[in-house]
Amino acid sequence: MPPIVSRGFRGKRRDAPADRVPPGQYVTDDFPVLSAGPTPRTPLADWDFTIAGEVDELHRWTWEELRALPSESVTVDIHCVTKWSKLDTAWEGVSVDTLLDRIETSAEYATAFCDGGYTTNLPLDDLTGGKAWIAYRFGGEPLDPEHGGPARLLVPHLYFWKSAKWVRGLRLTATDEPGFWESNGYHIYGDPWKEQRYWGD
Amino acid sequence: MTALVGRLTWRVAEIAEVRTETPTVKTLALDVEDWPGHRAGQHVDIRLTAEDGYQAERSYSIASAPGGDRVELTVELIEDGEVSPYLTDEARPGDLMELRGPVGGYFVWDPDPGGPVLLVAGGSGVVPLMAMARQRAADGDPVPTRLLYSSRSLEDVIYRDELERLEGDGFDVLHTLTRSQPDGWTGYSRRVDPELLAEVAPPEFALAFVCGPTPFVEAVATALVALGHEPSRIRTERFGPTGG
Amino acid sequence: MDELTLDGNAVAGLLAEVFAAEMTTARGTCDHCGAVEAVGAVLVYRGAGFVLRCPHCESVVAKLVTDGSRAWIDLRGLRTLELPG
Repeated sequence: MPPIVSRGFRGKRRDAPADRVPPGQYVTDDFPVLSAGPTPRTPLADWDFTIAGEVDELHRWTWEELRALPSESVTVDIHCVTKWSKLDTAWEGVSVDTLLDRIETSAEYATAFCDGGYTTNLPLDDLTGGKAWIAYRFGGEPLDPEHGGPARLLVPHLYFWKSAKWVRGLRLTATDEPGFWESNGYHIYGDPWKEQRYWGD
Repeated sequence: MTALVGRLTWRVAEIAEVRTETPTVKTLALDVEDWPGHRAGQHVDIRLTAEDGYQAERSYSIASAPGGDRVELTVELIEDGEVSPYLTDEARPGDLMELRGPVGGYFVWDPDPGGPVLLVAGGSGVVPLMAMARQRAADGDPVPTRLLYSSRSLEDVIYRDELERLEGDGFDVLHTLTRSQPDGWTGYSRRVDPELLAEVAPPEFALAFVCGPTPFVEAVATALVALGHEPSRIRTERFGPTGG
Repeated sequence: MDELTLDGNAVAGLLAEVFAAEMTTARGTCDHCGAVEAVGAVLVYRGAGFVLRCPHCESVVAKLVTDGSRAWIDLRGLRTLELPG
């Protein structure tokens, strides 16, 4: 039975050029807050970002050290697997390329780990080449805790569950290790343009 | 007592009537195909589909007492919301939606509570508690029941006249208006805080139901436990940040 | 707990579809802290999917993802689930 259409219902979507909207997505001007758990509140004095795993030594940056690194301002479209997309979002952060610079590894994958225990996995290729940032400003303001502040991973070419909120580091791995959602139904890679939402897509 | 589950998939509901409760709250009376009946406190999931296939789902507590032909939902307009503006401003008799339920077995009226019952409502959290009050009245149930109901102002009080009519026969209603009060107001005029609960919600209540926005429910449940209420005898239903 | 936090009542309909039973009265034992609570009383967060957390220790008790027909459920955080008669 096809779904019943509710006369006059439209929701809060807005029109957008088709080439900006992946299949099955709807564009919103809102920024819905979605979360796997309570908002962590790590004091900046206790915050650090580490790169560990398949590396010779642990690499660590304090908040001050991260903020001292060269940063980039980027405007990107973001696509959530729950079907909303938000176009032209403005972020500022450190490119993951900057963090991985001079780090030697044979690893081909990484797992982002976060305050609160969330994890997500990606090929290292998708974190490099100007495709990912550790973002700490959004819309010209410091990143709100409910949106992942002080810093979140930003990987806009994949579904937004990969842009892990409250990120605290990357663990470089030899194999692709399914993270929090990838181990329970969500696609291991998550390309919105191929509509890779769930296992088997 | 087995919970009523009924068909677990979406069924069609048609709006039969729309009634205004307050300037921002409406009640929709629905005719639902094959409605199996419900228990006071249960809710339904509503699904709206737009012409282009876009869908949105929300949950609404059933406002009506069990036994009626129609299912009544009371919906508060949330500013900047997606579904509530449609339901309160646009939807009219004859319009269709999909409905799943009724569901809920935890936050439901207990016909044998073993003592007085406390109902604590924050804003639109009053809806499932009103279903309970209506059921109690329809059953002629003598169990002493107190409703403590927090609203922003008098014009925001949902079901105001009906609550006045239901008072008596062991049912009492205490209002608190947190933002503004009319001249001569003799009810409470502050948030439901531990001091207020100490006055009106002693641990002699055998069962408590708390419903409303999440921060409200958290604060009230915490305070009730601190007053000596048994945690397992406090049932909670959180409506999220905006109350529905 | 944040103001966005919901509870097990919010996923009652989805759980009833998945388990073909009313689940809010089922009682779960948290595998992390051992607390026992009705599913209706667990904390629920809405992320890409639903995350159910113990109201006592906030550990993940269950994860629930659905595409509208398939469903994936992670119950590792649940030691025991008691379904009432």
